Amino acid sequence: MSLAQTDKYYLPQPSLWPIIGSVALLTMAVGGVMAMHEINHGLWVLLAGVAVLFFMMFGWFGEVIRDSEAGRYNKQVDSSYRWSMSWFIFSEVMFFAAFFGALFYTRVLSVPWLGESDTMQQLWPTFKAAWPTAGPGLTADGLKFTPMEAWGIPAINTLLLLSSGVTVTWAHWGLKKNNRMQLILGLGMTVTLGVVFLCLQAYEYHHAYTQMGLTLGAGVYGATFFMLTGFHGFHVLVGTTMLIVMLLRSIAGHFTAEHHFAFEAVSWYWHFVDVVWVLLFILVYWLI
Amino acid sequence: MKSMWQRAGVMGAVWAASQSALADYAYNLQEPASQVAREVFHLHNLIMLVCVGIFIIVFGMMFYSLIKHRKSVGHKAAHFHENTTVEIIWTIIPFIILVGMAYPAAKVVIEMKDTSNPDMTVKITGYQWKWGYDYLNEGVHFYSTLATPREQIDGTAAKDEHYLLEVDDPMVVPVGKRVRLLITANDVIHSWWVPAFGVKQDGIPGFIRDSWFKADKIGTYRGQCAELCGKDHGFMPIVVKVVSEEDYKAWVAKKKGSAQAAAADNTKTFDVKELVERGEKVYQANCAACHQANGMGLPGVFPAMNGSKVATGPIAAHINIVVHGGRPGTAMVGFTDRLSDAEIAAVVTYERNAWDNKMGDAAQPADIAAARGGAAVAAAPTAQ
Amino acid sequence: MSDAAHAHDDHGHHAHPTGIMRWLTTTNHKDIGSLYLWFSLIMLFTAGSMALLIRSELFEPGMQLMHPDFFNQLTTMHGLIMIFGVIMPAFTGFANWQVPLMIGAPDMAFPRMNNWSFWLLPVAGIMLLGSFWLPGGAVAGGWTMYPPLFIQGGVSYDLTILAVHIMGLSSIMGSINIITTILNMRAPGLTLMKMPMFVWTWLITAYLLIATMPVLAGAVTMLLTDRNFGTHFFNAAGGGDPVMFQHIFWFFGHPEVYILILPAFGIVSQIIPTFSRKPLFGYASMVYATASIAILSFTVWAHHMFAVGMPVAAQLFFMFSTMLIAVPTGVKVFNWVATMWKGSLTFETPMLFAIAFVCLFTIGGFSGLVLAMAPVDIQLQDTYYVVAHFHYVLVSGALFSIFAGIYYWLPKWTGHMYNETLGKTHFWLSVIGMNIVFFPMHFLGLAGMPRRIPDYALQFTEFNQIATVGAFIFGFSQLIFLVLVLKTIKGGAKASDQVWEGAQGLEWTVPSPAPYHTFETAPVVK
Ligand code: HEA
Ligand code: HEA
Ligand code: HEC
Ligand code: CUA
Ligand SMILES: [Cu+2]
Repeated sequence: MSLAQTDKYYLPQPSLWPIIGSVALLTMAVGGVMAMHEINHGLWVLLAGVAVLFFMMFGWFGEVIRDSEAGRYNKQVDSSYRWSMSWFIFSEVMFFAAFFGALFYTRVLSVPWLGESDTMQQLWPTFKAAWPTAGPGLTADGLKFTPMEAWGIPAINTLLLLSSGVTVTWAHWGLKKNNRMQLILGLGMTVTLGVVFLCLQAYEYHHAYTQMGLTLGAGVYGATFFMLTGFHGFHVLVGTTMLIVMLLRSIAGHFTAEHHFAFEAVSWYWHFVDVVWVLLFILVYWLI
Repeated sequence: MKSMWQRAGVMGAVWAASQSALADYAYNLQEPASQVAREVFHLHNLIMLVCVGIFIIVFGMMFYSLIKHRKSVGHKAAHFHENTTVEIIWTIIPFIILVGMAYPAAKVVIEMKDTSNPDMTVKITGYQWKWGYDYLNEGVHFYSTLATPREQIDGTAAKDEHYLLEVDDPMVVPVGKRVRLLITANDVIHSWWVPAFGVKQDGIPGFIRDSWFKADKIGTYRGQCAELCGKDHGFMPIVVKVVSEEDYKAWVAKKKGSAQAAAADNTKTFDVKELVERGEKVYQANCAACHQANGMGLPGVFPAMNGSKVATGPIAAHINIVVHGGRPGTAMVGFTDRLSDAEIAAVVTYERNAWDNKMGDAAQPADIAAARGGAAVAAAPTAQ
Repeated sequence: MSDAAHAHDDHGHHAHPTGIMRWLTTTNHKDIGSLYLWFSLIMLFTAGSMALLIRSELFEPGMQLMHPDFFNQLTTMHGLIMIFGVIMPAFTGFANWQVPLMIGAPDMAFPRMNNWSFWLLPVAGIMLLGSFWLPGGAVAGGWTMYPPLFIQGGVSYDLTILAVHIMGLSSIMGSINIITTILNMRAPGLTLMKMPMFVWTWLITAYLLIATMPVLAGAVTMLLTDRNFGTHFFNAAGGGDPVMFQHIFWFFGHPEVYILILPAFGIVSQIIPTFSRKPLFGYASMVYATASIAILSFTVWAHHMFAVGMPVAAQLFFMFSTMLIAVPTGVKVFNWVATMWKGSLTFETPMLFAIAFVCLFTIGGFSGLVLAMAPVDIQLQDTYYVVAHFHYVLVSGALFSIFAGIYYWLPKWTGHMYNETLGKTHFWLSVIGMNIVFFPMHFLGLAGMPRRIPDYALQFTEFNQIATVGAFIFGFSQLIFLVLVLKTIKGGAKASDQVWEGAQGLEWTVPSPAPYHTFETAPVVK
């Protein structure tokens, strides 16, 4: 269907979606701040913003998909998408780098500093620096928690995500061979693995909060643990959602063996999320 | 060409203005009063000189070109646009100059960082907005606050010579002794800075950072907090008196005497009137910066004390917030290590009986002692 | 309509919305470029007015006009808006207008996303400026947002954090767009090493933005959770460290200052050859120098933190690496001088601003080098010396290059020549005013006046008064610029296609004003 490639560059028409997106973010930000400061209806404003954002995404992506299926994107556009997706993933890498940096800094630098020489003698005389910790002040106030063990759910989750990397690649092979059954099956399995991962992580969080005393407030260990795994989990959620869209589009007959960058972009993203998880597994769960 | 004139003009204006200057006028770093500061002074001069030299050469060339190679004087453009040799030269030469600058600088860094073998150690704590000094060897402990009266700041009284650079209780050190400083802060980051000694060290809440100085000469040296720390960042000066060894000993003895008197207060019981009178002073010195002298606070930032639910509610909660602080992260950090039992009792009593608050009750030093011992409720972030 | 070719032919002007809807929905790089530039100009006047208020309060010792907390709000918002609302949008505006024109592309790679990148900025602007009216006022913790001070504040602090997120999103999308356009949409034959310098500098700037804005987003996210969700990243009691924020912030912050100067280098590298009637000297070394600056910029961040008390090895490392940046920057300065050397120079307004840029930026660079010496910086950190340093690189650097660029390309954009007399008046008042404001600040800093204070000791009076007078001269001369721009848009002498005698490059081959759509079929570059 998208064989009708043109040599002319496709310039999209004026679009209302961006400004709708801006309104959505403004509403979300104002609502979020209201909610954080317990101002009436803050949460509703936030949700309204989210709803507008979803509306925008449906509309905008829908338009892009229609353009694509109508064959308006030539080779050059395709290659633009490749560049931009790569740079986008690079920006995500740097976002995670900030949090990995925080983990490194606290583990290797600030926690040891708190437990040695003048800082310890003058300010935190009873503190014994060791990782994991909730920090000298909170421990002194009686805060106790159990660190998360690597070889339970996290190990299973590692297996799940690694296998999902395989299944998505297998789906890609199917697509390239024009084997639509393999594509749909592979995507279906990937989505399932992603969903199971998310459920297990939700269970793990629940367990941490209710049984282990491990919360966001449990010092730097809790903070880095939840922020890193939390942002990762959020990325899995986004990735899974995108995979579901790809699944639906595959079922609807979109994509051809040559022309399927949307699928590839999602699989790149998924592999990226995978790699982050492996790092998390090693640095957050395993080497404590 | 024109640009040079214009800079000359600026320099001229600056020079002319400086002639009318009242106070000691300066184009360079303050006069150093320690070895390190002197080295920094020279280092700065050296770098300035190098930079000015390079500037003159490079822009001499440029202005020459601007004058000689103008189209209006009929100059025709040459067409060269590359020359690997000169490009290599002007990469290497700056590099060599930089190495020449880095070497002396590195020596000073290492000297500044060497805090070993001190003659005495003083722990300095930054608070919003005052400095606390602990002489660890002598057991002397006091706070140092801006002494400039409000009227001078508001412009209703003439400003005196050391406007904003004067404190009620300066730090005192003996001359020619290596003083090691352990610097920290209690609420937000502050920075202890005395230019003449070449010391600037941020106080980081929860951490101790050290620095040192050895003052050459007897005299009074002034500095300021050098890290934005909130509303009154501009109003927390530092004054260090460098005195002879004997004067220093006498000063220590006097400080110890007044500490004993203060300790004695903590075991007494006062009546409301006494407490309110004393509490007003404590309030003005410690609380008015935020909650304002008239008790009205600053809406949205600092709550009003006048009519406050806490100040007109159960006294135990009131004592608790003053001793242990407000919600974590707020500017209301507990005063447990800043005020004595008697002072806290006084200020709490004052707040409950000042302005429109007419509670009539009083807190006694013993109540405060009890509150200190009690569980730290939602301890402030830097609880110790 | 489903036929691609038809859709393409169809976007004649009648198909476009008009009035406000044109601007809200536009996907045209020229429209979006203009939006960016107008936004930037409005913000310049807003944040500049704040600077004038700051300078007025500092005219003499004592508190005259405002409460200290409001002073801190002004300082903070002035810094935030100048950086995120003036300089960065202005450069992005230039990129939008010029990059497609210079590389022979019909538009940006992602025209719709381009629109969104812009329309996020007013959202962030509303959030920042609106917070002045919230209880407690706007943020007052400095544009650097250091905790724990930043944790203490009220509602507006959270709003500002989210505004920074939104501006970051805008920058990242904008940069992805620009980088993709440059890498993928060059006209046939335009190899990387034939690209105009401005395009090169933006390519590298975009890379810096994509690498650092997410880090800033991470840092402010941690602030947000420390403030609202009980984490302890920056609190020693929980094992964190307030200084950690500074490390993460400056890991972003130092590359950020090169984000604010590299496009300026690019603009100046276009202008100087034009008015020297001679090709840019050392093109290849310019490219390598720009890349080296970008790479080095990731290794120097802690020179903003010499006073926090780092271990001696770290102190030395960051001192050396910072000094190293003088080498590639020097290469650029020398190349500009060598470009002028033996040229056939004329001094139209763009050239005047470009020359002032080279000269005054170097002053700022030298004061940067003075600050790079850790022991000297320990004396000067958080004083007006730093304020002098960064205004030399930002005002006579970034801002002057923006003026230069506007004068240079305005005839191409509007089809009219600007009024040269007005332009020169603007230049001279600016350059004189600017030096009167900021030169004395070096002396203030050396003498020991801290920055971010609303009131000062008596010995600082005279220089502060000079600076304040200069600020008003400089500030009000910007009204001339505003008038000039408006007049040029309305009318004026007709500009030729080439506009400037010595101008080279694709943008000068299209008519002036540049038509709404250009290069729909790519030009071929030999
Ligand atoms: C456009 C923005 C910009 C640019 C380009 C620079 C460029 C440089 N900056 Fe600056 N800087 C800022 C914006 C910028 N800075 C800002 C905003 C702050 C304050 C932030 C805050 O705290 O709010 C700051 C603060 C700042 C500090 C911290 C000060 C402090 O808070 O204590 C330091 C310290 O090292 C520093 C150094 C430098 C150096 C070495 C360069 C170098 O890149 C300069 C290189 C250029 C030259 C050296 C001149 C040309 C070279 C030659 C002619 C070659 C020959 C020269 C020699 C061999 C000497 N800067
Ligand atoms: C690109 C960035 C940029 C630019 C262009 C400027 C421009 C100016 N800046 Fe600023 N400045 C910063 C970036 C910038 N600044 C930063 C990052 C800080 C640090 C903040 C912090 O500490 O956190 C700072 C801090 C700062 C301070 C220190 C404040 C303090 O420490 O307390 C001062 C003090 O003099 C100052 C002054 C000025 C002045 C006089 C100008 C002038 O150039 C302004 C010229 C004025 C105008 C252009 C406005 C014209 C307006 C009119 C003519 C009125 C008409 C009005 C309407 C039509 C509405 N700036
Ligand atoms: C650095 C600023 C600052 C200083 C100095 C300060 N406070 Fe506060 N105070 C605050 C802030 C901010 C709060 C709000 C805390 C919260 O929300 O938990 C507060 C809250 C209070 C409250 C509770 C008021 C209410 O209605 O909730 C009392 C009582 C109080 N302070 C007393 C004092 C006393 C007594 C002193 C001096 C000994 C003092 N404060 C000094 C900033 C300050
Ligand atoms: Cu304390 Cu600034
Ligand atoms: Cu820097």
